[in-house]
Amino acid sequence: MASKKRKAPGINATSSADIAFMLLLFFLLTSSMDTDKGLPRRLPPPVPKDQEKKDMDIKKRNIMVVLINSSNQILCDNEYIEISQLKDKVKEFIDNPYNDEHKPEKMAVDVPYFGEMQVTKNHVISLQNDRGTEYQAYINVQNELAAAYTELRDDVSRRKFGKIFVELDEEQQKAVQLIYPQKISEAEPKNYGGK
Amino acid sequence: MGKFNKAGGREMPELNTSSLPDLVFAFLFFIMMVTTMREVTLKVVFRAPQATELQKLEKKSLVTFLYVGEPTVEFRAKMGSETRLQLNDQFAEISEIQDYIAQEKSSMKEEDAPFMTVSIKADRETRMGVISDVKQALREAYALKISYSAQTRVN
Repeated sequence: MASKKRKAPGINATSSADIAFMLLLFFLLTSSMDTDKGLPRRLPPPVPKDQEKKDMDIKKRNIMVVLINSSNQILCDNEYIEISQLKDKVKEFIDNPYNDEHKPEKMAVDVPYFGEMQVTKNHVISLQNDRGTEYQAYINVQNELAAAYTELRDDVSRRKFGKIFVELDEEQQKAVQLIYPQKISEAEPKNYGGK
Repeated sequence: MGKFNKAGGREMPELNTSSLPDLVFAFLFFIMMVTTMREVTLKVVFRAPQATELQKLEKKSLVTFLYVGEPTVEFRAKMGSETRLQLNDQFAEISEIQDYIAQEKSSMKEEDAPFMTVSIKADRETRMGVISDVKQALREAYALKISYSAQTRVN
């Protein structure tokens, strides 16, 4: 036995393919996971060139003006506020819980699942910015506005369905959107002076 | 019994695995063909702004990217350090957006065109003037679905 020449055992390579697969899967998953995230918005369609600019008739109580100046300060309904205060202010504006007559008027809307609801249907948040505003400041404000809507929608969804807004099915989401329609208007850009 | 005396003489029959790597490669090539690689070499520097209310962009094939930021170091000498716009692989002017969007739209399937989304990837220190101009151009080009690209803010 000992005199016999020993054969070198071949390396078992059956698992190398598995390893290759695992590498492949790892790269596949990590590359597709890196999806782009962002704040989705819809732009209004362009104004035809020959059309005169006409101002929409909106009652003053229905409109909330948010201005950002070139030093990134926020003016909300003619008073300076901090970004941290904006969300609550916007929420109060959209919801108008105490039927304040300086806040948007409520209208009876027939909403599926909910029945007739009092909705501040005609509210508009008008967002204006300077040409010198920093992009981050603008995104901050957009973010707070989105957060205000999300919280209100989550609230009403949780009360009615016991789930947050994104977990609802499409029909239910539509109903909730009827109660809190997102109305952010961005003014036509104006030039408020130098850089 | 003699039959069992061959201790260790029997070896496990080996699987022929020489073709497995080929299979894996075939699979890899398939994936590479199917996925749309939209990586472009960035010619502008940008650090995305931060936000919390983010939504994922669906259907990557319908997304067009616009980069806004300062030129990278190697282009500084040529382009200066003013904020510039990058479409695909080259610097562009705002007036070129409309053509670019039209071109992108025509390369899509007709039924997909209304769902085209433009993702604006802008540096967080960009002045809003540029962004407003871009937005106006997008409106003119009827690319109305936009997304302000941002990172998740960690508190």
